[in-house]
Amino acid sequence: MPDAPMTYQIGASVKRREDLRFLTGKGNYTDDINRPGQLYAYLLRSPMAHAEIVSIDTTAAKAMAGVRAVFTGADMAADGVGGLPCGWQIHSKDGSPMVEPPHPALAVGRVRHVGDTVAVVIADTLAQAKDAAEALEVEYKALSAVATTTEATVDGAPLVWEDAKNNICYDWHIGDKAAVDAAFASAAQVATIDLVNNRLIPNAMEPRAALGDFNPATGEHTLITTSQNPHVIRLLMGAFVLKIPEHKLRVLAPDVGGGFGSKIYHYAEEAICTWAAAKLKRPVKWTAERTESFMTDAHGRDHVTHAELAMDAEGRFLALRVSTLANMGAYLSTFAPAVPTYLYATLLAGVYKTPAIYAEVKAVFTNTTPVDAYRGAGRPEATFLLERLVDEAARVSGIDRAEIRRRNFIPADAYPYQTPVALQYDSGDYAGCLDAALKAADYDGFAARKAASEAAGKLRGIGLSTYLEACGIAPSAVVGSLGARAGLFEVGKIRVHPTGSVTVFTGTHSHGQGHETTFAQVVADALGVGIDSVEIVHGDTANVPFGMGTYGSRSLAVGGSAIVKACDKIIAKARKIAAHLLEAAESDIEFKDGLFKVAGTDRQKSLPEISLAAYVPHNYPIDELEPGLEETAFYDPKNFTYPGGTHICEVEVDPETGVTKVVKFTAVDDVGRVINPMIVEGQIHGGVAQGIGQALLEQCVYDDSGQLLTGSMMDYCMPRADDLPSFHVENHTTLCTHNPLGVKGCGEVGAIGSPPAVMNAVVDALKGYGVTHMDMPATPEKVWRAIQAGTRS
Amino acid sequence: MQVEVSLTVNGAAVTATVEPRTLLVQLLREHLALTGTHVGCDTSQCGACVVHVNGASVKSCTMLAVQADGASVTTIEGLATDGTLHPVQEAFREHHGLQCGFCTPGMVMSAVDLLQNNTSPSEAEIREWLEGNICRCTGYHNIVKAVQHAAAAMRG
Repeated sequence: MPDAPMTYQIGASVKRREDLRFLTGKGNYTDDINRPGQLYAYLLRSPMAHAEIVSIDTTAAKAMAGVRAVFTGADMAADGVGGLPCGWQIHSKDGSPMVEPPHPALAVGRVRHVGDTVAVVIADTLAQAKDAAEALEVEYKALSAVATTTEATVDGAPLVWEDAKNNICYDWHIGDKAAVDAAFASAAQVATIDLVNNRLIPNAMEPRAALGDFNPATGEHTLITTSQNPHVIRLLMGAFVLKIPEHKLRVLAPDVGGGFGSKIYHYAEEAICTWAAAKLKRPVKWTAERTESFMTDAHGRDHVTHAELAMDAEGRFLALRVSTLANMGAYLSTFAPAVPTYLYATLLAGVYKTPAIYAEVKAVFTNTTPVDAYRGAGRPEATFLLERLVDEAARVSGIDRAEIRRRNFIPADAYPYQTPVALQYDSGDYAGCLDAALKAADYDGFAARKAASEAAGKLRGIGLSTYLEACGIAPSAVVGSLGARAGLFEVGKIRVHPTGSVTVFTGTHSHGQGHETTFAQVVADALGVGIDSVEIVHGDTANVPFGMGTYGSRSLAVGGSAIVKACDKIIAKARKIAAHLLEAAESDIEFKDGLFKVAGTDRQKSLPEISLAAYVPHNYPIDELEPGLEETAFYDPKNFTYPGGTHICEVEVDPETGVTKVVKFTAVDDVGRVINPMIVEGQIHGGVAQGIGQALLEQCVYDDSGQLLTGSMMDYCMPRADDLPSFHVENHTTLCTHNPLGVKGCGEVGAIGSPPAVMNAVVDALKGYGVTHMDMPATPEKVWRAIQAGTRS
Repeated sequence: MQVEVSLTVNGAAVTATVEPRTLLVQLLREHLALTGTHVGCDTSQCGACVVHVNGASVKSCTMLAVQADGASVTTIEGLATDGTLHPVQEAFREHHGLQCGFCTPGMVMSAVDLLQNNTSPSEAEIREWLEGNICRCTGYHNIVKAVQHAAAAMRG
């Protein structure tokens, strides 16, 4: 058989295999699934931010038509149901562990934020459950609430938890304080900034949903849920909340309509539906209304920061000092404590060779929805701080904004580069990204465009962000030493079927990222099979070995690496089988493009021939080798991966109305090797849109009493098609040095790099009015007021 | 109280008995098992539920089922004909106009209606028309590109 030329898939913009079902209405999202005899759950939620539950009278509700059960926190406690666990423990400066309050699935005795779960009504129809919930009589005794990050630590502020003094969950720090203080003492100039990283509500388009089921004949519990990591949910809910052993608990996450972090966490409704289904011996389904998403999906960001940058006379960075207050909300969500610490302060070196850094972070409780990782998780907060501060440093020192960055970049030959805040970067080329972005954005032509805007009565500004992030989370031993209560390896299993087609099982989960396509490209090239012969399976704990799921831009860097390792094992075994079939020494067998060849001859076996021999082992080295062709690999990453790049934003501001429009956005990103350029570009588009949303539109607002004022899409400003421009996206690649594919991560870079580029552009546009800083979002009102308050210079 | 509604859905005559408060989207999803039409919000903002009623795009979460009595409704499931994707569906696939897929049915149905009304919309017109369909994944860049290519393909 002549060698057919193989078409390599890696690097090709293969059209997505997921799309046909989504485009024809054949997706299979949790709320699309119904089970025979299914009941509907409706959750009664707290209308108050902070209150004692004096009494709950369920009598009238229970008597209503179709109602099968009403449960409260007392019922769950009586059944021995545990609280929702937190997956990361941070220790304070003084060595004491963080304050870790209980988090019952249904509130016991007290509610602590608007939307806190009070009771669940389960009925034949959703309408009946809702009607009955209105008949529940709950007597609350209102307590004063604390809603804002800065007020939480003030003496005399209402306490969310009695044992958290001044509402402080932990008071943590990192870096060399003495070295930083010494550097400031001798600094020629200092740039200072105070800023807020605005609280966001993730708003994946598919609302969360959960469908619990129980089979009394087998004792098996099933949960179908909108999760980014079904195994993590099985572990947390099974081991800590409901005490169901893994072999009797199956968690499925079918098609999931976006996550952005908000679907990582184990939520109360998952436990409630699973528990209630077993109690009632009927399937129980809950689907969030969007208002519930606003009140109960973990929020993101919400930092208040003071920072100073010490420089020498030439604008070289000497030291960075940062103090941050981070809002945890009322309870600790699954990963929450890690976000403002090890995903934030460790990123404060950014792309700069600042020799000394010290950061302290106080995490505080408030009577608000829990805050956890949202697209970027800590790294956008670090990047926004650094890149705004560097612009301020440029202003203070009178050095051009591109030049001061270039002067302080970690040089391209400095890798591996050890930062003063724990991370060791493996690769990057920040100056290369900056040069490419300046060219693509026509930075030099900005003055002419600004003049044209001014001639039309508009203000124009340009902003840069030269960012870096750490993703592909993460070496298990490292995160364990930092307080993680889980490992962060990933699993890949390859099943070569008897006739040579391939099923791949991955512990990661795709909810928009296109893994079914990208991973198939990787496997097709590794095994030398056609991409149409490869199927990707994810999202089912009964079929997939234990994996940690998708977040922190880890799927390809960690999950893809596990898949590559499993492919290597397949090839190693197939080589032995080939040697037997070809009556050659194993060392003489060469593998290329799906063919196992005796070196220097035309004798060869294809993978399908070998797999058939493995499953029909008539002529097979059965004494030395097991039949079958299926291999599993677990991959623990050696380091984070470090994508980086330059984003350049140009805005035009109408001084009459304060309306700011992004008129040009350029992103040059280094995400390592690109498997599917089309998908990578799409990930960056989406991230940039969320970053522009944060910078110009989005803001979660609570009033002083803890009422959520932005509780619907009419009040919370989601980016829409006419709020955004088209984007210019390029890759400037350096390879990751420590994973087999050389890949970094691309899922979060857009949301990490873009907000400071936008805000630096807004400040640049308004500098003529004396504006040196503006907190996000730069709404028309805020911009208009700044113009009115300013004096045109 | 229950009422009977009769309508045509994706070319087939359908009769269902519903509560008067039943929304068109509930009729489609829960009574007719047409789960391609999604519910993404509760304030008529997101557009995940857009279908065509008598040829025009409508947010099916904002219309009672009884209001569709006698109407002809097309959902995402009825857009492809004889297994051939509509040019808008094809263009979304070709230009990566979707990621998680949740907003996609409404987005596609809305875009089809745009192109029925305007065969060569500008980028600004596309963005303005799609203002009532929220996508959290794509940043709209590839959706706009897909609609432009679909328009060109449909003009022939």
